[in-house]
Amino acid sequence: MVLERVDPELVEFDVRTDELMVNMGPQHPSTHGVLRLVLRTDGEVVREVIPYIGYLHRCAEKIGENVAARQWIPYTDRMDYLAGMNMNLGWALTVEKLLKLEVPERARHLRVLIAELNRIASHLVAAGAFGLDLGSFTPFVHCFREREKILDLFERVCGARLTYSYITIGGVMADLPRGWLEECEAFLASFEPVIDDLHALLTSNAILIRRTAGIGVLSPEMAVSYGCTGPVLRASGVDWDLRRDGEPWCTRTYDGYRFEVIAQTGGRYPQDAPYPPVPAAVVLGDSWHRFYVRMLEVVQSVKLVRQAMDYYRKSPPGVGEPLRLTQRLPKGEAYLETEAPKGQMGFMVVSDGSAIPWRARARSSSFCNLSVVSELCRGCLIADVPAIVGSLDIVLGEIDR
Amino acid sequence: MDTPAILEKLKQHFGPRITGSNLEAIDPWVEVAPGALPDVCRFLRDEPELRFNMLHCISGVDYLQTDPKKKPEWGPHLEVMYHLSSLIHRHRLVLKVLLPRWKDNVERELPEVPSVSGIWKTALWHEREVYDLSGVRFQGHPDLRRILCPEDWVGHPLRKDYQMPLEYHGIRGK
Repeated sequence: MVLERVDPELVEFDVRTDELMVNMGPQHPSTHGVLRLVLRTDGEVVREVIPYIGYLHRCAEKIGENVAARQWIPYTDRMDYLAGMNMNLGWALTVEKLLKLEVPERARHLRVLIAELNRIASHLVAAGAFGLDLGSFTPFVHCFREREKILDLFERVCGARLTYSYITIGGVMADLPRGWLEECEAFLASFEPVIDDLHALLTSNAILIRRTAGIGVLSPEMAVSYGCTGPVLRASGVDWDLRRDGEPWCTRTYDGYRFEVIAQTGGRYPQDAPYPPVPAAVVLGDSWHRFYVRMLEVVQSVKLVRQAMDYYRKSPPGVGEPLRLTQRLPKGEAYLETEAPKGQMGFMVVSDGSAIPWRARARSSSFCNLSVVSELCRGCLIADVPAIVGSLDIVLGEIDR
Repeated sequence: MDTPAILEKLKQHFGPRITGSNLEAIDPWVEVAPGALPDVCRFLRDEPELRFNMLHCISGVDYLQTDPKKKPEWGPHLEVMYHLSSLIHRHRLVLKVLLPRWKDNVERELPEVPSVSGIWKTALWHEREVYDLSGVRFQGHPDLRRILCPEDWVGHPLRKDYQMPLEYHGIRGK
């Protein structure tokens, strides 16, 4: 399929109008939360995008200076509320890095199991909402039906559906309930055919390709310069994943696991499953690739969950003791980034030797991913703005903290 | 390159402008004089052996002990930390800049540090955040506005002596 793209500037040339400021958000359905974009438009062409954030600022870092390290875990849940487990993991690993604390083998595998399930859930929201932004409602319902099953599994593990506080400093809060692994296996078996459905509904959908191919092309240099990470970075062809390339404190969790980093290198994606081919019209780093990378990562996460279940069965009992609230932290600073579904989520803890951190810092992946939006939207059509913002997969709870 | 080699290279090039370091820390850091920051950063990014092409995070940390019972080892100051890494050579570095809490010890005059937003674009928003929450003025930043707090907000919340306002547009604080 060959698509002819007409430069929007040429189309608009005959009908040049006055510039108009259009306010999009903060209550716009396609801004994924409370993001406000002010568009300076010239007819249909967007000349400039000015993002305004902070509507969901809840002073998380200030609160972190006033509570014990473990008490901050519920606040990390509320950052990326679509991937609370990954946020818990990031903060827990950071404090463990400061304490030089090892977690039991079973807790390590539980962390991988839970974090990868949450990655699937987060990517399902991203894919579904992306389709919704572009006007197709059906895939959204399919995605949310599957995500609901994952949330049911999480509810059985820790009692919560969104704000888990399950992964904690020193291990995890509880072992799996009886019969959970069988339920999880049943879910994976029922979920795999749905991936093919989603590919049919979205990935190879001609309308979706037309709406996203060549839209919002992010070059690898720009992605690195803006600090874009996660699927946004990998969709630009940068082979970088902290689960493989991160600091030992992060990669150790994934010791012994086999998975592929989804990035197009040498003109092709790693092919270990029958994915739909890349259409001819798309350009590396455009909105379509960002969506595609997430779809392929879901398959890798399914593989990781299966491996984690095997490891879990072989591991000795004991999921670790949560850090006591009065436990003093050693003096010093520790900064650690982990691979969250949206990108590299970094936490820093500065300690003066007491139980309460002197400073708790959260480096948000969506924050950096969103900062590139004014570059991507320059010169695009108004209708393409939701396609670009949707493909970045931001969560405002994490941006505003 | 490992951190001691990076530090050696920086010391060769910048001499006394590298004002301190700690290689035993969990994340080894190098302290840079505020005025030398843009030069050091450009060197770190462009030198073929270093190529620190990604700036991950800029954080401001306020060191002011407000509890009179505690005797801190440090005097009141402000630290700005830059977490860098190279996706090419796979090494990491932390840069620190130490600043007075107020410029020339005049209360409410923000301390200044040169912006690195021309070197890494990540700094565009991160410096705005540090300005907003920790109160550091980044010289040469193209658009230094508050980012998380409203534009008419008073004070910098992550300062240790920050007081919640009693009232904001008819909303009761405290």
